[in-house]
Amino acid sequence: MNPVNYLYLSALLFTIGATGVLIRRNAIVVFMCVELMLNACNLAFVTFSRMHGNLDGQVIAFFTMVVAAAEVVVGLAIIVSLFRSRHSASVDDASLMKL
Amino acid sequence: MENLIALLVAAPLLGAVVLLCGGRRLDAVGHWIGTLLSSASFVIGVVLFTDLLGKNAEHRTLMQHLWTWVPVEGFQADVTFRLDQLSMTFVLLITGVGSLIHLYSVGYMEHDERRRRFFGYLNLFLAAMLILVLADNYLLLYVGWEGVGLASYLLIGFWQHKPSAATAAKKAFLVNRVGDMGLSIAIMLMFTTFGTFAFGPVLSHVGDASEGKLTGIALMLLLAACGKSAQVPLQSWLGDAMEGPTPVSALIHAATMVTAGVYLIVRSGAIFNAAPDAQLVVTVVGAVTLLFGAIVGCAKDDIKKALAGSTMSQIGYMVLAAGLGPIGYVFAIMHLVTHGFFKAGLFLGAGSVMHGMNDEVDMRKYGGLRKYMPVTFITFGLGYLAIIGFPGLSGFFSKDKIIEAAFAKGGTEGWILGGAALLGAAITAFYMTRVMLMTFFGEKRWQPDENGHEPHPHESPRTMTIPMIVLAFGSVFAGGIFGIGDRFLHWLEPVTGHEEGNSPVSALTVTLATMVVLVIGVAIAWAQYGRRPVPAVAPRGSLLTRAARRDLLQDDFNHVVLVRGGEHLTRSLVYVDHTLVDGVVNGTAASMGGLSGRLRKLQNGYARSYAVSMFGGAAILVAATLLMRAV
Repeated sequence: MNPVNYLYLSALLFTIGATGVLIRRNAIVVFMCVELMLNACNLAFVTFSRMHGNLDGQVIAFFTMVVAAAEVVVGLAIIVSLFRSRHSASVDDASLMKL
Repeated sequence: MENLIALLVAAPLLGAVVLLCGGRRLDAVGHWIGTLLSSASFVIGVVLFTDLLGKNAEHRTLMQHLWTWVPVEGFQADVTFRLDQLSMTFVLLITGVGSLIHLYSVGYMEHDERRRRFFGYLNLFLAAMLILVLADNYLLLYVGWEGVGLASYLLIGFWQHKPSAATAAKKAFLVNRVGDMGLSIAIMLMFTTFGTFAFGPVLSHVGDASEGKLTGIALMLLLAACGKSAQVPLQSWLGDAMEGPTPVSALIHAATMVTAGVYLIVRSGAIFNAAPDAQLVVTVVGAVTLLFGAIVGCAKDDIKKALAGSTMSQIGYMVLAAGLGPIGYVFAIMHLVTHGFFKAGLFLGAGSVMHGMNDEVDMRKYGGLRKYMPVTFITFGLGYLAIIGFPGLSGFFSKDKIIEAAFAKGGTEGWILGGAALLGAAITAFYMTRVMLMTFFGEKRWQPDENGHEPHPHESPRTMTIPMIVLAFGSVFAGGIFGIGDRFLHWLEPVTGHEEGNSPVSALTVTLATMVVLVIGVAIAWAQYGRRPVPAVAPRGSLLTRAARRDLLQDDFNHVVLVRGGEHLTRSLVYVDHTLVDGVVNGTAASMGGLSGRLRKLQNGYARSYAVSMFGGAAILVAATLLMRAV
């Protein structure tokens, strides 16, 4: 199978993720969309690794997974405490910092 | 011998430091310390004088280099004292008359609890004045010049609890600042022209500079002289300076301060000689002031203010003589010295009268005092005869010479200046006779004051009468000692130079004319104030009299032209500041504010809108990168 198809899939997933980030209000969905974008990148890295025949892309994919795992821990904690204080998980409600 | 020169200055300076820093424990002896140290300075002066007399005329300049003040390449300022015939004359006058005034103040200020401080200031005054006349360069002279200004401020405002005295002190100081500015500009001009400001190099290289520059320097020096010597247009402080204690008036008017301007002009004679236009201005200033002061002196009922007008007028004579160039320098200084004697004597006499009359200064409330104060009457009378130029007394020799020199200027100018000087002599005779008659003759006119205290005129204590007697001797004999055989001329000629003018009228004619105007002046005063009783309240008087009582409207003039003018200038500057400068600043600030107000809208607080801008930015960056690749 032509590896370029994987790149197309990666671009499709990234776009879906980005769109989700922009149009969804629920913080958890936005968060999941961010994860989707990260994994789309991982797919692209692994594909390029395969196409060029070296392991750099795969190494970076591991790094991304570690960072994503850490991010999930912090992000979910924030979302949970946000929900506790406001009884809402909408990202638009958390707009206290605006002037 | 040179090493003694610094001691001249050091003695009174030490006195000032000790008395002003010594505190109350010196209250009991402070006045004697001050008097002793100023007398010590006089004794040193006499020693140096005898030393100079023993030398040939060309070796009579002693220099003492103390230290280099500013040792910079191309800018050398030394603290060097120069004692020559001119400064020697001043030293003797300052320390001699100054010491007598110290002695007098011991009695006069007896009941003042701040007497120690007063003597500290007096010593400071002498020290500053001595630095002024002994300096060998204009920069050091400036130090003394400012010191004199400071000391006069402290002394005029000595009774600072009186608002009028505090104001008078400020006025004297401020008016003097105008003159000081002239001196500092003159020094700067001198430095750019000659590269130095030491007397020797500057005065011997006058020929190298252009006449325009020299005229500029000379006019600035004249402005300085006008400030210190109370010449028109900077004369207004002198009358108000009478708010100070009377010994201060005597010191300012006779031995220090007002003589500084004349000294400056005579010392810078070489510059003035090379700038005839400036000389003409000097003579005009002198002639105007001598009439101005004389007219003011005629109208004042305050005995000290009448004498102040007289000082202004007499200094006018000196400035006039100094403006005549080498014909007049010697006579300017000679009149200065004789004036120092009789004016100090007159002021001390006036102080003695006030001392006996509960500090009353209005002459209309005196009258008939000759019976009560015989010593004051005789010494004051001798001073009076000297100032009007009674034949044989001091004023006769010195003033007559100035009138002759004015005529000898030649041409129309000579006639005008000589005529002004003669007219001044007549007015002098008038106002001094008026002072004399109103104070010592006629019926007694004093009344009990509001508390019922009637003044009991009495003769002053010994410490006050002795200086008056000594000064009276000076008023009588100084002129003869100087004038007969031209002794003073030969003494001073090596420093100032001298030329005989070609007078269109003979010396004898001038003398006779002076005598005639003198008699006329005295006769008019006698007719007005001697023959009939003096009214206790001043009559309304003519327009001129009323103007003269207001010092010929000098303060009104200053108010309208300078104060109002200054206010308008300030207002217009404030307007420009508010509209133009503030407009630009505020406009910039307002446009910045408006811009940021619009930028602020971007911060709407919605995370998703930030995400849009982030994605947009990233997309633009990627697009730009690809585009650059393609190109």
